[in-house]
Amino acid sequence: MTASERIAGTVANYVDERTGAAKWMKKNLNKVFPDHWSFLLGEIALYSFVILLLSGTFLTFWFDPSQREVIYDGSYAPLKGLEMSAAYASTLDISFEIRGGLLMRQIHHWAALIFMAAIVVHLMRVYFTGAFRKPREFNWIIGVGLLTLGIVEGFLGYSLPDDLLSGTGIRIAEAIIQALPVVGSYLAFFAFGGAFPGEAFIPRIYTVHVLLLPGAFLALITVHLMLVWYQKHTQYPGPGRTNNNVVGYPLFPVYMAKAGGFFFIVFGVTAFLGAVASINPIWLYGPYTPGQISAGSQPDWYMGWLDGLVRMAPPLETYIFGRTISWNILIPGLIVPGILFTGMALYPFIESWMTGDKREHHLLDRPRNAPNRTALGVMSLTFMLVALINGGNDIIAITFDLSINQIMWFSRIGIIVLPPLAFVITKRLCLSLQRADRDLVLHGRETGRLVMMPHGEFVEVHEPISPEKAWLLTQHEQNPPLALEENDLHGVRRPGVLKNKLRARLSKAHAVSIPKATADDLKEIEHH
Amino acid sequence: MKRLSQFRRHRIVAPLLLVLALLSIGTTFSMAGAATGAPITAAERSALIEEGERIFLKGCSSCHGINLEGSAIAPALLGVGAASVDFQVATGRMPVADMSVQIARKKPVYNEKQVEALAAYVASLAPGPEVPGESHLNYERDGSTAEGGELFRTNCAMCHNFAGQGGALSQGKYAPTVMGVLPRHIYEAMVTGPQSMPVFSDKTITPEEKLSIIKWIKAAEAEPQLGGASLGRVGPVTEGLLVWTLGLGLLVGVAVWLAMKAR
Repeated sequence: MTASERIAGTVANYVDERTGAAKWMKKNLNKVFPDHWSFLLGEIALYSFVILLLSGTFLTFWFDPSQREVIYDGSYAPLKGLEMSAAYASTLDISFEIRGGLLMRQIHHWAALIFMAAIVVHLMRVYFTGAFRKPREFNWIIGVGLLTLGIVEGFLGYSLPDDLLSGTGIRIAEAIIQALPVVGSYLAFFAFGGAFPGEAFIPRIYTVHVLLLPGAFLALITVHLMLVWYQKHTQYPGPGRTNNNVVGYPLFPVYMAKAGGFFFIVFGVTAFLGAVASINPIWLYGPYTPGQISAGSQPDWYMGWLDGLVRMAPPLETYIFGRTISWNILIPGLIVPGILFTGMALYPFIESWMTGDKREHHLLDRPRNAPNRTALGVMSLTFMLVALINGGNDIIAITFDLSINQIMWFSRIGIIVLPPLAFVITKRLCLSLQRADRDLVLHGRETGRLVMMPHGEFVEVHEPISPEKAWLLTQHEQNPPLALEENDLHGVRRPGVLKNKLRARLSKAHAVSIPKATADDLKEIEHH
Repeated sequence: MKRLSQFRRHRIVAPLLLVLALLSIGTTFSMAGAATGAPITAAERSALIEEGERIFLKGCSSCHGINLEGSAIAPALLGVGAASVDFQVATGRMPVADMSVQIARKKPVYNEKQVEALAAYVASLAPGPEVPGESHLNYERDGSTAEGGELFRTNCAMCHNFAGQGGALSQGKYAPTVMGVLPRHIYEAMVTGPQSMPVFSDKTITPEEKLSIIKWIKAAEAEPQLGGASLGRVGPVTEGLLVWTLGLGLLVGVAVWLAMKAR
């Protein structure tokens, strides 16, 4: 035993005698995690959150969340002598007077955009592989909650500097609040402490942005990770991997090194973007005054779909009992997002209801083996993408010499037509891929080698695939649809016929698949 | 050549160059000043108008009519003034290349002299806004950048974008970028309101305020790309695009690399 080993042992023993950490550490440091790049997507979100906390703390040292009027006297000449809020002036100071301030601002904002993008791709991975199934439904709901909070938190951050762009965003948020029937106006007055813009809003959202929501994030992320820890990570199917084990590497040292390194890479990429690409150049936007507006005012991308929905809404308004209801804002701004996010949060339960599957699942699905789910996901993404494109319709129009009206009509029709189309195409693609898998197992790999038979016929030589690969292509379950008889054993109609009919139909659609290759199939082919 | 390059570092060169530069600037200025400042005689003026008429009859009258009365496809030009002619023709918008939703800026067909003649001819038939002279366009002296920015955001940004990069209007029309436009043409556009643009009369925006706007535009044009690549100065759309391509591309690439099996 060397001297350093002896010292390390003494220290470890000292700590263990006082905390009893050794047993706990041994168990958890040896915890095994499966290895796949798509399991790192959530980590990107986690690390950008840490970057957001660090850079955000730096910004709070100098940001003055106040709407008190000041005269700008900083070093950015084109704004010198103008009246503006202290919030805007202090953001200018962070950008131009504080050493490293602009870089930190840009890192903070890029990290926010990366945070949201990483959440979305992580969500896509979890969805398309069916990782949300029992026992992980709660974690799915927490994830949806984090996404929703992220949108709100991002929007508040975008609103804080009180520049012309963020003021415009707040104005639209106010309009959406006001669109709520009956209580809208009162809620808006409550939120703004009077008429728009007032002096109360920025200080209020500052507290929410730097205290309330980060706290909520920390709590939810902790629970999110603890659940992953407790339930163990899902894994992709493969030789030796079952529903009851986890195949991978231990946390220490493999994942400690990988995850630690990955944090610094994420930080590096964010800092690189902050250093080379300008983001939210508030000095160009100018201070907010309600009388001004810029062409091409846009939200950050994670709100772009919402803006796109509002932009494509037809001008509908009704007057009932002396009250105006602005359907053109209410539907795209509140009702549609409400339905989308509720549907997303409840999806694990909807799927389990459709399939009647109440078992635990720790092995992931290959997306092609769940055609209905995959198609539904692509359908939702198509919906979001059309809305997002319409959110940037003015920028797209001027960049590509198009008419903004044509883009709007494309979106209005497209948002209804394209998602179902995407559903059908994706489902067909999945089934085709299943068919290809089946052929691969039964006939082997095409080698591209042509052989002329003695009687002159040309045949391509097929090579059998490896047993591992064959296992991968045939390991998945193919469950029959639920059998929900209309009548019970005595010939009496069951209660809830309509509900059962719907459930049976959905279950049937969900179970559509190409029968996977079986050993019998293979034998039969060999006989021929 | 060698002797010249040796002489390059001589003690006297710097002062000599300075004197030469000053001299050349001075002469250019006085000549340019004389060219625009000197009143032209009546004879020169009528010759200019005649020249303008010739160009008009040849290049413009088929649409705008022989007597500037206009037609179904082109407006009457009586009373549009020299400023309008100068803006439309000197920025290449007129004569029009194709009759689409909006007449685009392009390489001018006529040279400065011909534009001047055309403008003189159109202005001779009915009075209208004049081309602002050099002495009226001293925005560096008479304008204020900060005030100009405030005016720009109040009156112009809603179509031309916060940084003057241009923006989309309805039905494929657009507000063009104001970057790289001559101060004279910016002034004329405000006075005459070409195409979809409203007229900003001297009562709405005074001449000094117009100069302030020009000064701010020129400052925005010259502003270096603070904070790194400007991404077109069009707001969050390009930022989102960069995050989803470069940002996520890099990070997912690294994730794939990290999860690769060691060989």
